[in-house]
Amino acid sequence: MRVRVNPIDCTAHGLCAELLPEWISRDEWGYPVVDSQTLPAQLVKSAKRAAAACPTLALRLQQD
Amino acid sequence: MRLLTAAGPLLTEHLGAHGELQLADRQQLLEAVEGAGLLGRGGAGFPTARKMRTVAAGSRPVVLANGCEGEPASGKDALLLSRHPHLVLDGLQAAAHAVGAAEAHLALHRGSPALPLVRKAIAERRDRATVTLHEVEPRYVASEESALINHVNTGVAKPVFTPPRPFERGIGRRPTLVNNVETLAHLALIARHGAAWFRAVGDPEEPGTQLFTADGAVVEVPTGTAVRSLLDLRGLQAVLVGGYFGTWVGVAQAQDLVLTHRDLRAAGGALGAGVLVGLPATGCGLVETARVATFLAAENAGQCGPCFNGLPSIAAAVRALALGPWDDRTMTDLDRWLGVLAGRGACRHPDGAVRFVLSALTVFAADVVEHRAGRPCKGVHSAPVLPVPLDGRSWT
Ligand SMILES: Cc1cc2nc3c(=O)[nH]c(=O)nc-3n(C[C@H](O)[C@H](O)[C@H](O)COP(=O)(O)O)c2cc1C
Ligand code: SF4
Ligand code: SF4
Repeated sequence: MRVRVNPIDCTAHGLCAELLPEWISRDEWGYPVVDSQTLPAQLVKSAKRAAAACPTLALRLQQD
Repeated sequence: MRLLTAAGPLLTEHLGAHGELQLADRQQLLEAVEGAGLLGRGGAGFPTARKMRTVAAGSRPVVLANGCEGEPASGKDALLLSRHPHLVLDGLQAAAHAVGAAEAHLALHRGSPALPLVRKAIAERRDRATVTLHEVEPRYVASEESALINHVNTGVAKPVFTPPRPFERGIGRRPTLVNNVETLAHLALIARHGAAWFRAVGDPEEPGTQLFTADGAVVEVPTGTAVRSLLDLRGLQAVLVGGYFGTWVGVAQAQDLVLTHRDLRAAGGALGAGVLVGLPATGCGLVETARVATFLAAENAGQCGPCFNGLPSIAAAVRALALGPWDDRTMTDLDRWLGVLAGRGACRHPDGAVRFVLSALTVFAADVVEHRAGRPCKGVHSAPVLPVPLDGRSWT
């Protein structure tokens, strides 16, 4: 599974970076910078939580 | 010359030069395109047959010809559409036949000088797949494929987030084959003469001929042609290869460079849509880069934070590099921004802009040092070389 951001929907709330700091940081404008590699198994649960918490549903989990 | 024959734009002239298009069995046509090894001429060099097969497998597919030619330094598609519109329209029919589409679309920039000729050419024909002409906002990212489809579907020519990609879900949510008009013109000839004929010229892995725009002049040459046979390199310091998503190449490296996707990739560049522009030794690569970076920044579609924040920041830093004022952070900021944008937009616009600016920092590295030391050469005052249609347009 991989994490992707829909950059059109993302409004830089930054919740995702708080809930998944191991995988998501923020650039100087507040937009998420996501590691594009396959998500390690132990992070899948927090990734799902972050995706659900995103106010604009911009954070997506994609099967590889 | 295969595409750019002496024939005129009328249907009778076209038929006189190329004969009638006979569309054989659909599978045979797909195999011919595959065997020909036709690569897309819109920039990315994607194998046409592979896209066709995916679209053909879907239900009620659609085809869309991209004739917008958003690259300011490119003129090949406009020339092809005005001189040989029936070659493109034949190719559009062949593409529709190959994927089983009953509906075809052709997109041009609003105000394109080719429009009247294309409209007339469509009216001259009796086509199986109906052709609808679309006039799209003349903006750089409006001709990105998802933006074109968005335009046809909703009237808004801005990119959308993918997947689903156009070949999965495009016009009217149906699988859509998007091809550049030059790609389609080659297809029209492959449908007539077959794969072996197509492969008889050009690079074995990227066969055929290709249209290039060299300093504004359009030529058709075999793929794999050397840069130096299209541009006189004497008196130049660098060549822009591939358009504004391409790269600067120093003149020493350009001496031995041949024009294939493979060779350009190996050189860290991109063949793009076949644009070459020579930068005279008297010009300033940093000023040229600043002008183009400013244009590309203004052309962002205002949708994705990394793009609409990052590109204007990069453009401002490149302007400072070229014309001052420098401060200690100009270079570190620029390096950081160039490192953080790629892959973070809905379309590849930021990726292309970043590649272009990065190449300038390499090729004009010595100039950066001089400008930094307050010793720019006289080139900063020479007449602009790269065309930039900056007229304050903005997205509405
Ligand atoms: C910002 C942007 C602008 C583009 N503009 C054009 C264009 O003007 N004409 C074109 O043929 N392709 C353009 N493309 C590429 C198209 O998205 C698409 O890949 C192409 O039309 C496919 O045709 P091909 O496979 O025949 O090359 C653009 C891509 C991007 C990212
Ligand atoms: S939580 Fe959603 S909107 Fe906020 S930064 Fe993350 S992806 Fe963007
Ligand atoms: S990446 Fe830039 S140009 Fe592409 S859709 Fe987003 S804002 Fe528009």
